[in-house]
Amino acid sequence: MRRRRIAVWLGGVALLAVAGSGLAAWRSALPPGGPEPGETVPERVQQGAVLAALGYCASCHTAEAGRPYAGGRGVATPFGTIYATNITPDPETGLGRYTLAAFTRAMRAGVDRDGRHLYPAFPYTHYAGLTDADIAALYAFVMTREPVRAEAKANALPFPLSWRPLIAGWKLLFFRTPTLPKDESRDPAWHRGAYLAEALSHCGACHTPRNVLGAEIKSRAYAGGEADGWWTPPLDRSSPAPLPWSEDDLARYLAEWDPQHGGAGGPMRPVVDAHAAVPKGEIRALARYVATLYGPGPAGSRTGPVDRAPGDDPRLGEDPRLGEGSRLGEGSRLGEGSRLGEGSRLGEDPGLARGAATYAGACAVCHESGGGAAGGVPYTTPSLGHRTTLRAPDPRNLILVLRDGVAPREHAPGPIMPAFGAVLTQAQMTDLAAYLRARFSPDGPWPGLDGTVRELMREPPRSGARAEASP
Amino acid sequence: MALTRRTLLVGGALLVGIGLPRPARAAAPTGSLPAAPRIDAWIRLGEDGAATVLTGKAELGQGIKTALIQVAAEELGLDPASVHLVTADTELTPNEGYTAGSHSMQDSATAIRLAAAAARALLAEAAGRRLGLPPESLTVADGAVAAPDGMRLPFGELVQEVDLEAEVPATTPLRDPATYTMVGRPLPRVDIPGKVAGAASYVQDIRAPGMVHARILRPPRPGARLVALEAESVAARSGVIRVHRDGDFVAVLAEREYAAVTALRALARVAVWQGGTVVPEPDALFSDLAGRKAERTVIHEAGAGTPVPAGRRLTAQYRRRYQMHGSIGPSCAVAEFDGSRLTVWSHAQGMFPLRKALAEMLALPEDQVRCIHVEGSGCYGHNGADDAAGDAALLARALPGRPVRVQYTREQEHLWEPYGGAMLTEASAVLGPDGRIADWDYSVRSPTHLTRPPGAGQLLSARMLEKPFRAPPPKALPQPEGGGDRNAIPLYRLPRARVAHDFVTDMPLRVSALRSLGAYMNVFSIESFLDELAEAAGADPVAFRLAHLDDPRARAVIEAAAERFGWGRTLQRGHGAGFAFARYKNLAAYCALAVEVAVARESGRVRLVRAQGAVDAGQIVNPHGIRDQIEGGIIQAMSWSLFEAVAHDAEGPTSRDWSTYPIARFPDIPERLDVHLIDRPGAPFLGAGEVAQGPTAAALANAIRQAAGVRLRELPMRPELVKAGIGV
Amino acid sequence: MPTLTVNGRAQAVAAEPETPLLYVLRDEFGLNGAKFGCGLGQCGACTVEVEGRAVLSCLTPIGLLEGRPVTTVEGLGTPENPGPLQAAFIAENAAQCGYCIAGMVMRAYALLRNNPHPGEAEIRDALRLNLCRCGTHMRILAAVRRAAGREPAATGATP
Repeated sequence: MRRRRIAVWLGGVALLAVAGSGLAAWRSALPPGGPEPGETVPERVQQGAVLAALGYCASCHTAEAGRPYAGGRGVATPFGTIYATNITPDPETGLGRYTLAAFTRAMRAGVDRDGRHLYPAFPYTHYAGLTDADIAALYAFVMTREPVRAEAKANALPFPLSWRPLIAGWKLLFFRTPTLPKDESRDPAWHRGAYLAEALSHCGACHTPRNVLGAEIKSRAYAGGEADGWWTPPLDRSSPAPLPWSEDDLARYLAEWDPQHGGAGGPMRPVVDAHAAVPKGEIRALARYVATLYGPGPAGSRTGPVDRAPGDDPRLGEDPRLGEGSRLGEGSRLGEGSRLGEGSRLGEDPGLARGAATYAGACAVCHESGGGAAGGVPYTTPSLGHRTTLRAPDPRNLILVLRDGVAPREHAPGPIMPAFGAVLTQAQMTDLAAYLRARFSPDGPWPGLDGTVRELMREPPRSGARAEASP
Repeated sequence: MALTRRTLLVGGALLVGIGLPRPARAAAPTGSLPAAPRIDAWIRLGEDGAATVLTGKAELGQGIKTALIQVAAEELGLDPASVHLVTADTELTPNEGYTAGSHSMQDSATAIRLAAAAARALLAEAAGRRLGLPPESLTVADGAVAAPDGMRLPFGELVQEVDLEAEVPATTPLRDPATYTMVGRPLPRVDIPGKVAGAASYVQDIRAPGMVHARILRPPRPGARLVALEAESVAARSGVIRVHRDGDFVAVLAEREYAAVTALRALARVAVWQGGTVVPEPDALFSDLAGRKAERTVIHEAGAGTPVPAGRRLTAQYRRRYQMHGSIGPSCAVAEFDGSRLTVWSHAQGMFPLRKALAEMLALPEDQVRCIHVEGSGCYGHNGADDAAGDAALLARALPGRPVRVQYTREQEHLWEPYGGAMLTEASAVLGPDGRIADWDYSVRSPTHLTRPPGAGQLLSARMLEKPFRAPPPKALPQPEGGGDRNAIPLYRLPRARVAHDFVTDMPLRVSALRSLGAYMNVFSIESFLDELAEAAGADPVAFRLAHLDDPRARAVIEAAAERFGWGRTLQRGHGAGFAFARYKNLAAYCALAVEVAVARESGRVRLVRAQGAVDAGQIVNPHGIRDQIEGGIIQAMSWSLFEAVAHDAEGPTSRDWSTYPIARFPDIPERLDVHLIDRPGAPFLGAGEVAQGPTAAALANAIRQAAGVRLRELPMRPELVKAGIGV
Repeated sequence: MPTLTVNGRAQAVAAEPETPLLYVLRDEFGLNGAKFGCGLGQCGACTVEVEGRAVLSCLTPIGLLEGRPVTTVEGLGTPENPGPLQAAFIAENAAQCGYCIAGMVMRAYALLRNNPHPGEAEIRDALRLNLCRCGTHMRILAAVRRAAGREPAATGATP
């Protein structure tokens, strides 16, 4: 399997090399310049600020504890690490010599002012769909930032991937200007949301699976993917979310937190944090569009929140929107005897029993408090059965969040969870993850849980080090 | 921590509860002495020569124990190690009311100093009688009275011959400050070794034999009523003693603490609550406050008959959102009822007022209730401590013979503590042609800052009982100390001025005393406005202040802070300097503060880079003690001023833990923080515990103005506000 | 019955494996150092050290600690005979109410075990998960610097 993948990959690279060595590899440098009078008027800058937040530019273009937009953050890809560039208007190291035309070409065509092709970690495949006006507003915004002198870090890519003409070949094969969905039955807000999601917010960059050469597989748009080592959930019918995502849920989630589904973690969190600067209407539009990606009606696959150890909490597992089947019943794969406790098979499994004790002493105090919306511990859902993480096809996200916790946001409200990686051994982590899966999901044990735990526990917990850019 | 009730053997002296005499003479401005004039109300001596010092004040983390021991040791002539201190205990110590308002040094240390001096005089007299020498010829030091020939009589030998029941005489010779060996020195805090090594230091650490653990079930929001509680399943849980219910006051009692923790979780699930108080939406907070009924008092008027001078008038409004004490340790109390007498161990600020409230709530005679102060987590005012003591008392009565320990949860402390109230101020002034303030008009609209006991209705649970107690109507604290109007009258020279206090009698959220009360907001407003005026006058903020100040001690702290800070030096881009000054309550310590901030243009985040304070607290007893109070005050007020507001919606507060009420963390702490102390040997002690709060807020606002060109008039100065001011 | 080793002393504990360490330390072992501050893993007042890492005892079930030595602040010294880190806190007056201090000491202890000479930023970053409300931060930083053998605090009172 692995050998075959490598063969396919090598073949792909060869193909890129052939394509890239052709004419497409060569792009001219554009003359240096800067904003023309009128190109950075305050209204445009203001508009650009909102767009930059919706495109969450800062989350890649600002290094940990670095100056805003001065670049330097590494974006891990399966091919190596690509470092985001300095997009402040510093003439030597940033965009200071970019005219609007040069900026537009970079955004739309993925070519820098010198004519070099940019790696598609910079999502020009999406930005190509931006309107001229929005690109101009983003230009106005970035060109009025405080210039910071900061040399770009060299990408950590192996040869031949470090050979940029290869990108030209990649573009020939995979780069198409996105076509925006149009639906006469939908309102302008939905269309606005579609534009934002497909172009500016580049949702598919993480939520669409990529092929072996790193291109989004358009035929499987929003079927879920991967970002920064995290599993990114599908936004289509294959979503394993226990509860349907309504437009309202998404609007709450994208703005801060949704009391039913919970909040963003991992690489999605900076996206949501950036939304603090975005008018509610834009978030609403995004939510309206994304809600329709999941397909019509309540999906049959959504069982509702599962909790096999209802204990003495009558509220767990009940959701008025789901009705039947919200508790694990006939439909479950584990079926009879799946409740923990009195003589059940799960209860007799020593690993699960250990996991249950860990859960009771470490997790329950918050996660069985009834949910933040009902007066329980803030930023908790009514039960962990509400969380998509426990319904994911693999345990990566759960292990990462257990290992690193959720660091307190600086100077702003937001969830806090300790890094349990500080105390859990690999075996204990495995027991806990297995228990959570068994208790809160009908989908059966995660295959390869042991291996994932071993791999992810090699790194020490990042006990909350998520320093934001400092002043 | 082993605690014995009613008797306490310390320093070789058996202390039994004594009926302290009522005030026997007209109050003189000598601290707490007039209310408890006998020497032995403050000082007792054992036959081993050790001294026991009694104070009605409590250690709240401000270092009062150490400072009082220093004062007593100095006057008595004793090694501090042989001074034992007993803090607030209704059966042992004088009644000094609350430990609040930066009064401990002014009141208690002054009394102890006088009583210790009187005891020393009696010891010298007794020794003189024995030796046939005039007492003036003897020296008292190192726990003994010494004759010129070197003959020493240790205190222990003289104890029988001195009558400490005597009152402190009207004139008691005090030691010359120039000869001090103890006062003014940085004696290490006596309580820290225990605290860093896990000694039993807090009420939370009490483990009495037979003690049971209680957790209280609170409503999900203020004002909600309990409509159903099927608690049988909880009562039947292993380790649970019982579920106690009296009206809407519900508690679970268990043999072990963790059983109580899990039982509370289960109890919460079977409780059904309904209704609740409606709170204005956050956006409407200030319009609601502005519209509430208020009683106006003009607290200061000068030059009323003179015509309004010509000049340029500036007007500004300032606002402050609800803020929280946020003790790191949620409130806790232990109580035991033996069938007739109730003993309560509590970290509340006033044992005597608490006793009164508990006696009223339980319909017990006051002399059958004893309240003993034991340290808790720092409170910074009226937090949940009294409520926890009330709960423990209710439960102890329900379970006679067994000590009951009540421990609040984090969420309960956050949700139910009385907050520092939202406030509004308006300042208006005329800047005369000479660049001086020619007219001043200021008003502060504030709720009460005092809803502490002694009323039973001030205890949270007392209001939830089957037969509830009602909270008495709030009262304004009078000037000169004031409550919401504390520090509303500027210390500056203002020939024509009017200051009014609009006392709002009813607030949607529970409020009470938070460190410095209204002074925080008034100093923020006045000192921000001073900078606005200075800017309009084209004057340097420090020079502008000095031009309006006559008090040499005020001028001295301002000059010292400015000079040590390097006021006027050019700072790096994005940085700004700010200055502020206040004399706390216009009668306690003086504090000037200069700060440097960095403002992040993109995020609006403000970082305090460094701060230089200068403080005059009169005679310094322990310089490290004052320094720590000022440092702590600056950092705490920085956290309040940059980050903290109680979040709420129409159903009540939503700040229920640290995730929803973020406070400063280590990365927010300044690179440098220096406090310069101006010692005034022989001058009265001036309370310094709260003096930094207001100046910090204003200095930050003034520095933000310089760094980013934005004038912020709302506390907290959250990044969103800064960013909104900066624009994109 | 789980056996716990706390400050070098092994003891069988009559508590369920799920019981958070904090309650066992306080109620079964009679130790006061670890404090109940939030019970939610948000403040650090309950911090202890396990295998070189700072661990929040309020959310650590004892079932996880079988055979794994736990150190609390009581394990570093006594009030009369404090350990070096405790002595540094005493020397710097690094407590006001002191409720958070045992947690701070243990967080610093775990830091110094792994990194005996941390830089200023490393100290601040390590301590950022522990809350102090009295504003004793400058003293705490000075104490950790002192224990780390770095320059004494550059700040303080100037009489």
